[in-house]
Amino acid sequence: MADPIALFRMMLTIREAELALARLFADGEVPGFIHLSVGQEGVAAGVCAALGPQDSVASTHRGHGHALARGMALEGFFAEVMAKSTGLCGGRGGSMHVADLQRGMLGANGIVGAGAPIALGAALAHRTRGTDGVAVAFFGDGALAEGAMHETLNMAAIWRLPLLMVCENNGWAEFSRSDTQVAAKLGAWTQSYGVRHDEVDGNDVVAVAAAAEEAVAALRRGEGPRVIEARTHRWRGHFEGDPQRYRDPEEAGRMAEHDPIARARAALTAEGTPAQTLDTAESEARDAVAAAIAAARTAPPADWAAALTGVYAPAEA
Amino acid sequence: MAELRMVQAVNRALAEAMAEDPSVFLLGEDIGAAGGPFGATRGLLDKFGPDRVRDTPISEAGIVGAAVGAALSGLKPVAEIMFMDFITLAMDALVNQAAKARFMFGGQRGVPMVLRTPHGGGLSAGPQHSQCLEAWLCHIPGLKVVCPATPADAHALLRAAIADPDPVVFIENKALYAMKGEVEEAPAPVPIGRARIARPGRDATVVAYGAAVHWATEAAATLEGEGIEAEVLDLRSLQPWDEAAVLESLSRTHRLVIAQEAVEAFGVGAEIAARMAEIGFDELDGPILRVGAPFTPVPFAKELESAYRPDAARIAAAVRRTLE
Repeated sequence: MADPIALFRMMLTIREAELALARLFADGEVPGFIHLSVGQEGVAAGVCAALGPQDSVASTHRGHGHALARGMALEGFFAEVMAKSTGLCGGRGGSMHVADLQRGMLGANGIVGAGAPIALGAALAHRTRGTDGVAVAFFGDGALAEGAMHETLNMAAIWRLPLLMVCENNGWAEFSRSDTQVAAKLGAWTQSYGVRHDEVDGNDVVAVAAAAEEAVAALRRGEGPRVIEARTHRWRGHFEGDPQRYRDPEEAGRMAEHDPIARARAALTAEGTPAQTLDTAESEARDAVAAAIAAARTAPPADWAAALTGVYAPAEA
Repeated sequence: MAELRMVQAVNRALAEAMAEDPSVFLLGEDIGAAGGPFGATRGLLDKFGPDRVRDTPISEAGIVGAAVGAALSGLKPVAEIMFMDFITLAMDALVNQAAKARFMFGGQRGVPMVLRTPHGGGLSAGPQHSQCLEAWLCHIPGLKVVCPATPADAHALLRAAIADPDPVVFIENKALYAMKGEVEEAPAPVPIGRARIARPGRDATVVAYGAAVHWATEAAATLEGEGIEAEVLDLRSLQPWDEAAVLESLSRTHRLVIAQEAVEAFGVGAEIAARMAEIGFDELDGPILRVGAPFTPVPFAKELESAYRPDAARIAAAVRRTLE
């Protein structure tokens, strides 16, 4: 079982990192587009806690939490999103492409639904090599409208691949209610492929971790793909700066009721964890994020010469 | 030395690469039990088993997406797309994922995959089974594009493509699948990006690739009877293409024709013409001419398709014009 304190800490790291990104974006220190997962931290932290170093994750445009929960270092993460040469991707990818291949994090992705077939390929690689590794494809409820999702689950099912598809169901498909975009219910859709679908409260990180552990163990036993639907909430807009004219302000104002971090803190407190331990975890997360941002601020900007020679592998001498 | 059809040369390259490297595996529609629609993978299922010769559903986006994921995970997938026309369905995986991963992940890892696919007409296969779409792919930084014209090159370049650390689109001209040619037992490697002089000549250079190499060679034979010696340069690789070899030939002949089966407008020939106008302008004693297909879809009826496709006569006429 995942350690509830470790889950709490990971959610704090993601929350602190993303709230810092929101500030940096507003101040012009983060260019481009960023999509925050504030409110959804329980899914990333819970699922990734069930994985080992040999496993693979393909993520989405809302992928900061997945990268950090997979162990991507805050320094390389912030330097990347802040467009510095010390970014793990050299400042060539940015927020939508944070990736840490050494840790089996196959990238956030700018294309909705595109991570799923990549995770399928990673699952295929685990199977072909004969390891017990598994692959996870995170996706949102809006992505179910993409054809690649269907192709992926179909192939995973006929080949019984170790693929865990995790739906972060926040009710939104970019700027639209997902129930106005997708006719299928995820459970019925999944079951029509003969694949097991489990629903979990995505704002209960311990429940997410338990569901993921159970599914991953089944995948490692070769029982074929699984789908977990984690109901959660997107606190912020589709992207930072999104005026959210499509959204009922009253609904947006109720987000804190679903806060996975407040819930985890209350549960830990009820189980007797001293407040000081929890306060320390919070200040440590804040300090780690602040240190990573400070380092990124002094790092050199992304390097054009390195980018120019980075399209293909260097020619062999 | 063995005489092989081009499709057999492809088969042999696949079998050799799979025998040498256990991380090489194949995936595609009907490549296993059926041996591939053109027989390129015949016999490989029996030799290597279903995990390494994987029959897929009719899911081009999934096939190429899975190849990207497997390549990022350390395997060397060789995916087959049954007809190049179907590559439209896989463009996200190829263009947004495979081509960009090395660059956008800061060089953490490349995508060592090959996508094999047949292009070209001449089979009355109609508008959706005959296209030559290679220019699209040459336009994408991060992809390599190869198109052999002989069995020996098909074998050697497929070995090079599988060994390459970056994604390579390997285009097989389906009208050439049955063409026979010598393939040595242990041939010298052919690097991607190197052209070959298919026929030497001193009066004009004809740059071609795929089926057009053979039309150009036929045109050169015709022109020889008129006292014109045309040099035929087989590009073999389209991205990267052998700019130095084209310039070198042009510097000897001072006339340039570029022939391709694909639609002429915005094609591979347009890029070569533009580059040679930039870097070879002083060598030119005549206009650079292109020979390619007209700006229409590939038609079905034999009469229409033969009017559509470029041929030796059109190439010969272009060479004569450059010499006017």
